[in-house]
Amino acid sequence: MAALALSAGSALAAVQSRYNLAPPATQLATDIYALHDYMLIICGAIFVLVFGVMFYSIWKHRKSKGATAANWHENTTVEIVWTVIPFIIIIVMALPATRTVVAMKDTSNADLTVKATGYQWQWGYDYIRGEGEGIGFLARLATPRAQIEGNEPKTAHYLSEVTEPLVVPVNKKVRIITTANDVIHSWGVPALGVKQDAIPGFTRDAWFRAEKIGTFYGRCYELCGKDHAFMPIAVQVVSAEDYTRWVGARKQAMAALADDPAKVWTQPELVARGLTVYQANCQVCHQPTGLGTPPAFPPLVGSKVVANTPEMTQILLNGRNAMPSWKALSDVELAAVATHVKNSFGNKGGIVQPSEFRAARAGTK
Amino acid sequence: MSAITPAVTPSATAHGVAPAAHDHSHDHAHDSGHDHAPYGWRRWLYATNHKDIGTMYLWFSFTMFMFGGTLALGVRLELFQPGLQFWRPEFFNQLTTMHGLIMVFGAIMPAFVGFANWMVPLQVGAPDMAFARMNNFSFWLLPPAALLLVASFFVPGGATAAGWTLYAPLTVQMGPGMDLAIFALHILGASSIMGSINIITTILNMRAPGMTLMKMPMFCWTWLITAYLLIAVMPVLAGAITMTLTDRHFGTSFFNAAGGGDPVMFQHIFWFFGHPEVYIMILPGFGIVSQIIPVFSRKPLFGYASMVYATASIALLSFIVWAHHMFTTGMPVTGQLFFMYATMLIAVPTGVKIFNWIATMYRGSLTFETPMLFAIGFIFVFTMGGFTGLILAMAPIDIQVQDTYYVVAHFHYVLVAGSLFSLFAGLYYWLPKWTGHMYNEKLGQWHFWLSMIFFNATFFPMHFLGLAGMPRRYADYPLQFADFNAFATVTAFGFGFSQLLFLYIIVTSIRGGPKASENPWHAIDGGLEWTLPSPPPFHTFETPPVVK
Repeated sequence: MAALALSAGSALAAVQSRYNLAPPATQLATDIYALHDYMLIICGAIFVLVFGVMFYSIWKHRKSKGATAANWHENTTVEIVWTVIPFIIIIVMALPATRTVVAMKDTSNADLTVKATGYQWQWGYDYIRGEGEGIGFLARLATPRAQIEGNEPKTAHYLSEVTEPLVVPVNKKVRIITTANDVIHSWGVPALGVKQDAIPGFTRDAWFRAEKIGTFYGRCYELCGKDHAFMPIAVQVVSAEDYTRWVGARKQAMAALADDPAKVWTQPELVARGLTVYQANCQVCHQPTGLGTPPAFPPLVGSKVVANTPEMTQILLNGRNAMPSWKALSDVELAAVATHVKNSFGNKGGIVQPSEFRAARAGTK
Repeated sequence: MSAITPAVTPSATAHGVAPAAHDHSHDHAHDSGHDHAPYGWRRWLYATNHKDIGTMYLWFSFTMFMFGGTLALGVRLELFQPGLQFWRPEFFNQLTTMHGLIMVFGAIMPAFVGFANWMVPLQVGAPDMAFARMNNFSFWLLPPAALLLVASFFVPGGATAAGWTLYAPLTVQMGPGMDLAIFALHILGASSIMGSINIITTILNMRAPGMTLMKMPMFCWTWLITAYLLIAVMPVLAGAITMTLTDRHFGTSFFNAAGGGDPVMFQHIFWFFGHPEVYIMILPGFGIVSQIIPVFSRKPLFGYASMVYATASIALLSFIVWAHHMFTTGMPVTGQLFFMYATMLIAVPTGVKIFNWIATMYRGSLTFETPMLFAIGFIFVFTMGGFTGLILAMAPIDIQVQDTYYVVAHFHYVLVAGSLFSLFAGLYYWLPKWTGHMYNEKLGQWHFWLSMIFFNATFFPMHFLGLAGMPRRYADYPLQFADFNAFATVTAFGFGFSQLLFLYIIVTSIRGGPKASENPWHAIDGGLEWTLPSPPPFHTFETPPVVK
């Protein structure tokens, strides 16, 4: 029966369905898909049997048909039978599930290790070990606000598209280490059979070995605040050659983007650069107007903290209350956004140089 | 106090309330010297009579049910179509959170306590609950708690939006609405504990002579076990939310990794409360159904003793399965396997109960009045929730559908079709006893079919949404989920408005209708409550009946 269910599972798996689990792209997801089919078959059989008896009684033993009640109750044999049989059934159910649990937990010998960090409300990826080591970027929702508000027609990948997908090679064991910067998030991609909570201050891991080339979408599965629905995941699985090419291009791009650490920036330069940093990271909480959404996310307008550069530097680096740490941003980005905020929303002005963040980081070590 | 000794008549002097006004023809001894009923607001505010307090509990929970239902319709409204149409996402999260909190703590739990207040003394042959004044207090704690919950919508930042599970550290980001919810839960917890002490004491000490524990009606048995669960776990919840409170305001770090705490510890503590809590919300329902099925099958419950043992086993197992709510937090493999096996084990005693009900119907002589319809509907639809529960117990499948609409479908199948339908069944069953009037049977059956059809139409498609990967607590969703969501919204409104019919049926039955006899369902050996007139006099069993 198990074998039958398993083969039925893999046959069905190829077809995209709105009624069933996502078409699997890994062995683990295939196993889960088959396990679910197997459970459905067993539960379906029990359902038909048990409710067959019930509806038979409803049909046959109704008073309006002249049924009189039998004095049939307290039968120990029957009661032992209906206790033992379910017990045997759950053992039969548990066996294949146990194998899959053990397989899912084995994150050893990964070819590539990537850290996924949950932020309110985007994902950060850092390639930690394996080909591509050192690459890191943030992936945000790419769907324009106008589509969400209904001012533009919604496109096919509405709420699934991201600014940059996680790129991984096909047929390689990828270990995902999850953590979070503020509250609990959950990194889940159904086609890969992975869902792992991302817990601030702790790391957890999961793994997948994608067997198909393509883009697989996932999302955040743990309530993480107002934009919980707006931090999707896209994993792009590519061939080994394409992956090598991507790593090369990505590293070049990072080198080109890297800022000269010694450069002294002018205020307008920082304000302009800071606007993009603000839009990407800050305005979701502090709002485009800088008014925030108190009490969790305070206004930046006329803020005492914004006026006090050392305190502002500390909070940007280390976080405070709902404000997460923004250590992951570069010194230049931090200086730019600090300067931008100081010169916007009617704030008094001022400039913060990247060197001040460099010094603050050295101080906080 | 002497009030808790079985064969003693506490009479009115024990709790200072004069006996009944509507002193219908009854043949029980009573103290005719005090024949002045408490009336006006004093009757309710100073109530120490279990029937009055039971009535207040039921009206309170119905009010909260309608309020919580309105919030749910607010959720469905936004989900009618993809995109944000009605609410900001932060308000949407408040709606889902408060819908959960209000339905669990304000509607389902107090409704069962209301049933216990009405029925436990009548079923065990006691004159009242053991602690009449504490009974008053446990009820009157509820309205202030409800007020705090409702008021939290109007404080800066609005009501808490951290989900009814209140996971840290998201709770730290919430505004003062979170504190109001914490205080409300503390008060509701205190109320539940007092109610439980009352129920346990009444059942253990005030049974009529001859009524041994194993002769007690199933409803009393299930409530006895539930009351122990409540006393065991409500303090655990109080601990969890108190730690949340101090993390928020007093600089502690119970759930903050930076200070040496652990956010996942909150989940362990919460679900150590939370899993027994789901049985708290279903076991008394099992009791109600176990009483209705035999009466309308005209046949004794198939296996009374095994039903009692099954209920106790479910209650015990409920303490060792909590982490199946947390498979995706990342547990060691042995932890996952243990909680998976323990959870699956619950299927055995639950199966025993379902087989028992069906065996009771088998070779019976069945009629299908509204209480029976809801009881059969309960068995049928609750069992579907049981099957999805078994599927969710499998850790690998759970990881795929954790925090998706599959889970939403599952727990609405056990909480709406389970707890709520059992409450409906019990209400139609005992309403003639309480009001002295038969309800409108035709409308009752309409209420059943409307509820049944709209319920399934709303929640069955959510299984598909969940399997296909739609997360719960999403204010907006990708286009592939649009059809089922639109459908579920329409039918959810149908389900909501069907409950207005329910209100109409209750009100008309209170106001009038055909007179109900002492034993309108012709229950053979149905319980002591059917030996009393309908409605029962204000004070009943002042002289304890003798059970053979």
